Amino acid sequence: MNKLITVSPSPHMHSGQSTSKLMTHVLIALIPAFAASVWLFGWSSIIVVSVAVSSCLIFEFLIQKFLLKKETSISDGSAAVTGALLAFSLPASTPIGMVMIGSLVAIGIGKMSFGGLGNNPFNPALVGRVFLFISFPVQMTSWPIPKGFETSLVDAITAPTPLEIVKEGMRISENMSSVVSNLPSNMEVFCGKMGGSLGEIAACTILAGFLYLLITRVISWHIPVSILTTVAVFTGIMWLIDPTANANPGFHLLSGGLLLGSIFMATDYVTSPMTHKGMIIFGVGIGLITVIIRRFGAYPEGIQFAILIMNAFVPLINSYLKPKRFGEMINE
Amino acid sequence: MNSVLLFTIISLSLLGLVAALILYFFAQKFKVYEDPRIDQVEDALPGANCGGCGFPGCRNFAEACVKAETFDDLNCPVGGNEVMVTVSGILGKEAGETDPLVAVIRCNGSFENRPRTNVYDGAQNCTIVHNLYTGDTDCPFGCLGHGECVDACNFEAMYMDEKTGLPVIIDENCVACGACVEACPRDIIELRKRNKKDRKIFVSCINEDKGGIAKKYCSVACTGCTKCFKVCDYDAITMGNNLAFIDSEKCKLCRKCVVVCPTNAIHEINFPPRRVKEEEKVEETEGAEEISGKKTTN
Amino acid sequence: MLKTFPRGGVHPAENKFSAGNKIIRMTLPKIVTIPLAQHLGVPAEALVNHGDMVKTGQTIGASKGFVSSNIHSSVTGKVIKVDKFLDSSGYKKAAVSIEVTEDEWLPEIDRSSDLKKEIIIDGEEIIKKTLESGIVGMGGATFPSHVKMSVPRGKKAELVILNGVECEPFLTSDHRLMLEKGEEILVGLRLIMKALGVTKGMVGIENNKKDAIDHFTQLSKQYPGIEVFALKVKYPQGGEKQLIKALTGREVPSGGLPIDVGAVVHNVGTAFAVYEAVQKNKPLIERVVTVSGKMVSSPSNLLTRIGTPVNLLIETSGGIPEGTGKIINGGPMMGKALDSVDVPVMKGTSGILLIPDKESRRKKIDPCIRCSKCITVCPMGLEPYLLMTLTEKEKFDRLEDEKVMDCIECGSCSYTCPANRPLLDYIRLGKFNVGQIIRNRK
Repeated sequence: MNKLITVSPSPHMHSGQSTSKLMTHVLIALIPAFAASVWLFGWSSIIVVSVAVSSCLIFEFLIQKFLLKKETSISDGSAAVTGALLAFSLPASTPIGMVMIGSLVAIGIGKMSFGGLGNNPFNPALVGRVFLFISFPVQMTSWPIPKGFETSLVDAITAPTPLEIVKEGMRISENMSSVVSNLPSNMEVFCGKMGGSLGEIAACTILAGFLYLLITRVISWHIPVSILTTVAVFTGIMWLIDPTANANPGFHLLSGGLLLGSIFMATDYVTSPMTHKGMIIFGVGIGLITVIIRRFGAYPEGIQFAILIMNAFVPLINSYLKPKRFGEMINE
Repeated sequence: MNSVLLFTIISLSLLGLVAALILYFFAQKFKVYEDPRIDQVEDALPGANCGGCGFPGCRNFAEACVKAETFDDLNCPVGGNEVMVTVSGILGKEAGETDPLVAVIRCNGSFENRPRTNVYDGAQNCTIVHNLYTGDTDCPFGCLGHGECVDACNFEAMYMDEKTGLPVIIDENCVACGACVEACPRDIIELRKRNKKDRKIFVSCINEDKGGIAKKYCSVACTGCTKCFKVCDYDAITMGNNLAFIDSEKCKLCRKCVVVCPTNAIHEINFPPRRVKEEEKVEETEGAEEISGKKTTN
Repeated sequence: MLKTFPRGGVHPAENKFSAGNKIIRMTLPKIVTIPLAQHLGVPAEALVNHGDMVKTGQTIGASKGFVSSNIHSSVTGKVIKVDKFLDSSGYKKAAVSIEVTEDEWLPEIDRSSDLKKEIIIDGEEIIKKTLESGIVGMGGATFPSHVKMSVPRGKKAELVILNGVECEPFLTSDHRLMLEKGEEILVGLRLIMKALGVTKGMVGIENNKKDAIDHFTQLSKQYPGIEVFALKVKYPQGGEKQLIKALTGREVPSGGLPIDVGAVVHNVGTAFAVYEAVQKNKPLIERVVTVSGKMVSSPSNLLTRIGTPVNLLIETSGGIPEGTGKIINGGPMMGKALDSVDVPVMKGTSGILLIPDKESRRKKIDPCIRCSKCITVCPMGLEPYLLMTLTEKEKFDRLEDEKVMDCIECGSCSYTCPANRPLLDYIRLGKFNVGQIIRNRK
């Protein structure tokens, strides 16, 4: 033989799975929600999403190329996912500059400062979102009324999110039944007929993405299901105790960023636990903190803080919750 | 308002005082006596925590020095005699004189000298390759070229030469801590006596195969022909396992062995170029000098 | 519901190209090289010298110690060298090289293909015969079989499991053997059962070999106590511990042996070898080797004498195709890449695979994204990503606590890793280091 043969340790086969393929699956799963947001908010949604995705890619490229001086890895698609998720959690009326600042914070502080993909303790998209949320509270809580391509961004006609309606209602101590009358119906919430971030308001499309991710085995069911179950159980108990002061669990499940957060953000590989047991604890923690913030905290929505808080616990969860070793039960 | 201010100041001061008292009490109660000489010795050490002395770090070595009766087994290779004299001065003991050492790489199987027979494609780690098979060449003793020794070096005294695929030692930086010797799964690196002007003569091959086979694997292999053994006037060369070995303690750097080696397996490094006296031998030495020239430039 | 092991596992493309091809007897090579270490444990000691004439079946290497095995000449001819030769690891190992002159077998070997069903000798003699005939685990691990048949004191064997899983892609040697020598394998199983003094036997076959399952189910009716089970196709079901779990639900304790749960697992090839050794007086001198690969012109199952050079097998199957990048001894998941085709077939060589160039190179290593897929697929419940990191950082104490020694090196983690990380490479290194630490401790 004239050509040198290759030698390597086993295994000599590979599944063909790759980081960029996984990220592509996530992007595909986000398409229904994106389509819905275009239908609801028109051009503004397209602008916000494309600005966020492209600026995330550009910032990642620039930081890797010129600051860290190493190989660039934008082709793995993780920056695009970060950008898309960041855009989805913003109001459709967010100014372009603000979107770019959010992207810079997400990529620069949330991801690259920790060493890039795989080393960041917190979900970069959420870091960007929370940064914007705290820095620009007014813009970040003015939700344009979804009117398709006619959505006006100039006129400050905004609709409060259902969670804001509840929070405000409870603050001025209205009775829940009167608050509920101001709320959109569950069916409307399911399809996104309300105020909210551009990607998170159409629950049905996010669930479609969830289904896709499950079928392609990109994520396991553990984190989303444990978050949603916890929220449902916790709010259900409170609702049973006092229906006049608490919204029903169905409303809690479908409103706000809960679905987007639990399906796409909490399941971020890098910032979630490795074992199934750990995932469930992580999910329960997020669910509890979310409900506590929603019900007792100052903010109407708590999922983003809940995920960030639980992100901080992931290393701890990973080091204490081990998978069940083969042959362990007999040993002990 | 004033009373609030006053109250705050008083209460905080009291709190601080109480805390300080508690701290003082506990510091006295649980004081651990430590020989102050340990700190002094540690200050005198280089503080690289390289492990070359056989202890995990400089502090451990300092403790051992303070405890030890004699300094026979204790030596900081990084600091060398100077540091050991300082340490013995602090402790009032006699320091044993040790020769400074330097690492040498006993393989010259560059891409040119050693034909590649296959390609390794897996984790870039010498030990993994070594446990799997003989390496990219047929030589089961030679350098695997994945640079585990370079990774182990804490003193920037090594680098991988891209052209040859072999590690190179930078003599000025090498402190002979032995980290590379430990890291190499094939024991290619040896610590040898450091001669003046960093002159070195050593057999740059550890292939134990029979002459012909070794030569087939690598053109600069030691074939165990015993020519150098015969020519050495100082009994510095021993033969074993089809290999010649030059004892750096006995070697007087006369360079006779270098000339007779038919495969240029014996290297001389950092010597001034030879004067051309014996014409027939010039050719043979050229190769060796070329290599030595290459290494000295680094 | 088909039985399988519950945790982890992957399902690589099966690619069993040679499943339909009958076992062909290889022509005799001109020279064979028979290594003296073809098994786990102590290498055998050469009994012949340069120039000796040997006959097929003659013992040329004597086992040294309990965990060791005899070596027999697979041909008739003249010993031309007793020296060190390259073996499949690329290093030189002691071997006997024999020049083949004719094919004269020792007279006591029964070369007929008649089935001998009745078992006339007792258990101890079966074990003795197994030892003498140099039988080792034919699945690839090459653990001396007589050791597995001798139950250590304080332990009790309850059942014998016959491993017909062949979960490695490409390989079909066990499959063909089961179809063509089914009855012999079952007699072999009964012999092993008798040696161990048990009455219960199980045969586990993966469901991608339906013909073998049907064949065995039919045959097993004549043999009371033997049951045949179809198993869901999942790698690494052929691993002892996984197979026991799949068939009986018992879990071999961490660091323990199958006998700790009363089970003894043997490969179908081993059962066939035991049958031949006991009933036909034939030592282990030949085995079925699958030669396969996506580009091989005629994938085949070859009955090959031990010591035949690998390149002869490849030639028989159509030669090395253009663009071959890697040659593997064994299956693609656990087999060993060869750096030369001059190495001989050994007792544990279950297949020779030729992998095309574009599939033989690994892809670029990306950073770990902690997707936890390696944890999901690990059949031993380990955390491969963590084991790799700990090995890289040389934290061997923690590595031992994380049960690195339980790793069966099935390669599922490296197979599945989306970042192409060399997980198993490093875990193996970690095992090597931790193993040394454990040995030094004793």
